[in-house]
Amino acid sequence: MSQGWDAIVIGAGPAGMAAAATLAEGGARALLLDEQAEPGGQIYRAIERNRSNARLSAILGPDYRRGAALVERLRASGACLRFSSSVWRVEPGAAVWSRTNGMATLDRARALVIATGAMERPVPLAGWTLPGVMTVGALQILLKTGGLVPSGRLVLAGTGPLFYLFARQCLDAGVEHLTLLDTAQSGNIPAALPHLPRAFTGQGWRYLAKGAGLLAALSLGRVKLLRGVSEIAIEGEERATAIRFRTGRASHRLGCDLIGLHEGVIPQQQLPRALGCIFDWNEGQSCFQPRRDPWGASTLPGVFIAGDAGGIVGAQASLHEGEAAALAILAELGRITPAARDARLRRVRQARDAHLTARPFLDRLYRPGPGLIAPPDHVTICRCEAVGAGSLRRAVARGALGPSQAKAFLRVGMGPCQGRLCGPSVTGLIARETDRSEAETGYYRIRDPIKPVTVGELARASQPSASHRGD
Amino acid sequence: MFRRIEPSAPEGGPALTFEGREIVFYPGDSLAAALLAAGIGALRQSPVDASPRAPYCMMGVCFECLVEIDGRQNQQACLTPAHDGMVVRRQIGARQLP
Ligand code: FES
Repeated sequence: MSQGWDAIVIGAGPAGMAAAATLAEGGARALLLDEQAEPGGQIYRAIERNRSNARLSAILGPDYRRGAALVERLRASGACLRFSSSVWRVEPGAAVWSRTNGMATLDRARALVIATGAMERPVPLAGWTLPGVMTVGALQILLKTGGLVPSGRLVLAGTGPLFYLFARQCLDAGVEHLTLLDTAQSGNIPAALPHLPRAFTGQGWRYLAKGAGLLAALSLGRVKLLRGVSEIAIEGEERATAIRFRTGRASHRLGCDLIGLHEGVIPQQQLPRALGCIFDWNEGQSCFQPRRDPWGASTLPGVFIAGDAGGIVGAQASLHEGEAAALAILAELGRITPAARDARLRRVRQARDAHLTARPFLDRLYRPGPGLIAPPDHVTICRCEAVGAGSLRRAVARGALGPSQAKAFLRVGMGPCQGRLCGPSVTGLIARETDRSEAETGYYRIRDPIKPVTVGELARASQPSASHRGD
Repeated sequence: MFRRIEPSAPEGGPALTFEGREIVFYPGDSLAAALLAAGIGALRQSPVDASPRAPYCMMGVCFECLVEIDGRQNQQACLTPAHDGMVVRRQIGARQLP
């Protein structure tokens, strides 16, 4: 077996790029794997290609363009980069199985950094499986990667920083028929206020100023914005054609051509769960996150988790978390002294914390409402197996008191997405029905392969050749 | 559903076929982006209830974008770069075992 690498980093977003660059700059042999064909993660998707596209760069804005410096640093660092590579199995002791162009590869390393980032919180509501309904993040990825702009009547429904950022980008891109349905509850504002003073410290004011700027631009652009929206249902046969909803006591129905949904982001759980990392419920962010020490070390030896995969912190803080994990590994490898590590870690953690001061305010302001966690019976919860909330409630009544039992009763979570798009809702709904907390209810037990892999690909499994290794 | 910020793709640019229809795309497009840009709605049919499904997340987590590419079933269109000459079909039902 080859012992080719000092560290393997999974995910080439801000955390993963910073981790791989810091490791390689410190003399470690680092391999960075990512499912996409280019670096950047979702936040900086297609950033290298878009540098020469002035119009698109202007629409995407300065926070996007900022990612270019990190990609340059990564390219110059000497880290080995392997793109279009899906990790489908990781064994403790850092053996990483991945698939690149139909070829399975096994890589080994002394340490592992999981930097798989966030995904958008699933938004189960009537009609969300129809073509013409996508996440806001998906619409933004289409803009970043292909310069694709929604045409026709666009409705964005949901809330949160990305929701408003994308609305603004749509305006700048010339989208003409845009309606925003903000689902945040009116009680969120007073509940968030106690967190506001702290949000003005550190770098927090930048996030507040950006948000205020977005809202101002949207009202100047005369975007139709309805607040306090609830009971959303999407209509259509072959594709979405209309959206129904309520504001207060009034019901509305809008014809539309494309719908974007967004209720914030949550950590991607699949990989650390399959490995056996311990998770805790984060009440403030309404999601599970892996338990970590201050350097990002998980509950498994040699396994670090950095950036949004460890709890939602945003791109800038993610970058610093990637550096922190890399410094801890460099010291472990004997490449830097513990004293040097501690000195650098202090600065890195200070820089990270400065970006987190506005987080509690934003988390509370955009907390998902109860309708999202407990949708009506006819709403599909598990898209892959087409299981509705009513079936799940009946299964709970018959004794399925946890997600894994619900799986056995109903096949929820057993389709191709392996529970990624139903897990959070299944936990939330069972917790409500049984009057227990999410922490007590728990989550699916995730097993690898976490990405589909065929027997043929396994048969062609190869070891990386010596030329692939760092030196 | 979508338009390009850039002028539309040049004649004679790279192209693939979807259910026999020619789809011209831009270099750098994922297969899912190329199909959405061409106005294609459903990419697959749910094997459970036959409902039409289309790309939802564009980042590899939802598996709603599964298609058959050059005879290989259940490929994620949002993770696959579009290639000249690709032959793409809807994924109907679950994978057929060979
Ligand atoms: S669109 Fe979600 S996996 Fe491809």
